[in-house]
Formats: sequence, structure tokens, C-alpha cells
Amino acid sequence: MNTEWPLWEIFIRGQHGMSHRHVGSLHAPDAEMAIKNARDVYTRRNEGVSIWVVEANNISASSPSDKGPLYEPSESKVYRHPTFFDIPEEVGAM
Amino acid sequence: MYAQMVESEASNDDPEKLAEFQARIDADIKIEPKDWMPQGYRKTLIRQIGQHAHSEIVGQLPEGNWITRAPTLQRKAILLAKVQDEAGHGLYLYCAAETLGVSRDEITEMLLDGRMKYSSIFNYPTLNWADIGAVGWLVDGAAIMNQVPLQRTSYGPYSRAMIRICKEESFHQRQGYDAIRKMAEGTPEQRKMAQDAMNRFWYPSLMMFGPSDKDSVHSAQSMAWKIKINTNDELRQKFVDQTVPQAEYLGLTIPDPDLTWNEERGHYDFSEPDWSEFFDVIKGNGPCNVDRLAARNKAWDDGKWVRDGLLAHARKKQAGNLAAE
Repeated sequence: MNTEWPLWEIFIRGQHGMSHRHVGSLHAPDAEMAIKNARDVYTRRNEGVSIWVVEANNISASSPSDKGPLYEPSESKVYRHPTFFDIPEEVGAM
Repeated sequence: MYAQMVESEASNDDPEKLAEFQARIDADIKIEPKDWMPQGYRKTLIRQIGQHAHSEIVGQLPEGNWITRAPTLQRKAILLAKVQDEAGHGLYLYCAAETLGVSRDEITEMLLDGRMKYSSIFNYPTLNWADIGAVGWLVDGAAIMNQVPLQRTSYGPYSRAMIRICKEESFHQRQGYDAIRKMAEGTPEQRKMAQDAMNRFWYPSLMMFGPSDKDSVHSAQSMAWKIKINTNDELRQKFVDQTVPQAEYLGLTIPDPDLTWNEERGHYDFSEPDWSEFFDVIKGNGPCNVDRLAARNKAWDDGKWVRDGLLAHARKKQAGNLAAE
């Protein structure tokens, strides 16, 4: 039987008002220990106000080979950006 | 440098894919874990990141040796924080290595049975408190030389680990310089201890960068892959140029009678370390090789019941939760 502790991905809210951000991973037997270890490994210098831990095998990720089909369609839709439209100067800020 | 003499693996991959891969590296686009990569790139990186991680972990031993005997409570707290950082650095790097498909247990066991190396520097003893200052100042100083450019390395997880490490490393070097400065400015006995530490750590620190470029057979491939950014001799020169004025400020003498400023080159000329000593230490015959590996093996064996116990508890709890649902 595999006796290695599972891998957890660690997300930290750097400061009040920001989103949690992925900072790295670590091994721990359960979620409680993962949070304790994350505190020691990733917040030794006040880097966080909140920690999320997610067991790595619960994360689904897009594959690099899907890059084309996933992201190319948005490349041809420049009109989604406000700078696509010319607004006459007389109209003022918009 | 914490990774010394890392052999580059040859790759027998599809030439078209290889060319595409190289183009990506040349364009400074990071390689991420799920991307295609040549077998040689993967294997060389596991070896290099692993060796680097092991060095951080084994590097705790010579410094941990002095935690209980630090001269003041503040020095003790600082050294504790520094050694804890080293554990953190090891963990960042192990996780980066694991993204390449090696498990934590596998890579740990390769250190414990001697299949993988750690930096030669940690096979030298720390005989007194002045050595702790010298280690922070010189050894961490030499490590920084190598780690700063590695922040730009081509492999994403490695680069991100190096960025975190570099943020913390400057504290390490400065606390070391501060500790040795206190001694260099102290009583004649303390001064003598500071000079003695400098004498013993100077050449081993120069060895950290690895053999001279003319004897470094694996550099070209690693540099093309951007997992090595500068040559060993470039970094060694940079380290000497940076350290000489720092030693002068302390009034310490660098134990090299041939050290002179070369106006024409704009660099210091200095003596090479004794490379036969370096190869001997790498082979396992340094003053502390046996102790270091024994300490790591003991920690791993003694910790087994804790690892197993916590895992058994977590599984039992999980089974209980499932049954209750």
C-alpha cells in the first residue's frame, strides 16, 4: 500500500480584499494538517490572511493541447474590447 | 551553487518536436508540467532540482548544530528562523521536482541511499560560532549568485520556487555577515575565530560553483535548455569580486596570497581551489559525509511511525465520514 501522504495544492489570500492565489503544494495526511503545514511553509513572513487547501487529485485542468480550440476563438473578437470603438472627442469620457 | 556537476541526459526524441521545444525556450516561454518535453530535459531537471532540494535539507545540519549554543537569545531565534527557511526551501524544490513525475518518497530514498548528491559544502563541519557567521555570509552568498539567475530558468515550477527562495535568501546572507562582523569587531580572540572561519570556508565556498568551465562537460546542453544560466567560472568570479570588499570592511584576510585586482580585466585574480579535494568530498570522503547521511537516515527511520500513524488516522476518519453519509 502506498504510504506517501497525499499532495495538496495551497491557495493563499495575500491580504484583505484580494482573491486566493495558488502558491505551491505540499504533502499532508489530511486537510487539517495541510493547513497547519501551509502556514509553516508558505506564510512565514506575513504572506497571508487566509489559506485554502485542495487535494491535488481533485483538481481538473485543461490540457496544453487544447490551447487552440479553447482560446483561439476569442482572438478574432476584438470588438469585445472597449478600445475597438472610436468615440468622438466632443462626446467626452465614456 | 547547490547543484554541482549535474549530468545532462542526451535526448532521443522526435527532431521536429525537439526543434519546437527549443524555439519555445529561445522565446522565453516557460515550460509547464503538462507540456511536452524531451526525456533528457525531464531527467536532467529531476537530478538538478533534487540535488538542490537535498542541499537545502542537509544544509540544516551544520547550522542546526549551533542552535542550542547560540551566544544570545536573539541570535538563537534568528538562527532558528533561518534553519526553518532552509526546510521551506527544500519543500518548495521537492514539489517542483515532483511535477516532473518523481514521487517524494522516491527522491528522498535516492538521497538516503546515496544515489543522489547534495552540495559538497555541507560535508564540512561547523566547529564554533564564527562558522555560523561564515556559513551565512559565504555559503549563502555563493548560493545566491547561482539562485538569482535561476529565477529565469525555463521550467515554470522551478523558476517559481527560485523566486520564493531568493526573496528569503538575502536575510540569510545578511544575518551571517552581521554575526561575523560582531566577532571581527570584538575581542582579539573573537577576531581570531572569525579569521579562522574565513580560512576554512573560503575554498569550500569557491568549490560550490563546481569545476572549472574547461572541465565542465555537461554545461552546453543545460545552458541551451536554460536550466543553467551562467557558467561555473562566471559565477565564481562574480562571487570573488563581491566578497573581497566585504572581507576588507571586516579587516579579514582572504586566505589566498595570489589574490590581486586585475585592472585590465576589471576583476580579481584568485587561486583555484584544490579540485582533488572537491572530487574526494563528492565521492563521499569529506569530513562529514558519513555523519550527514546517517543523520538524514535516522530522521527518516525515526519519523516513520509518525508518518504512518497520521496517515492511518486520516484514513480511519475518512472511512468514518463515508459510513456516516
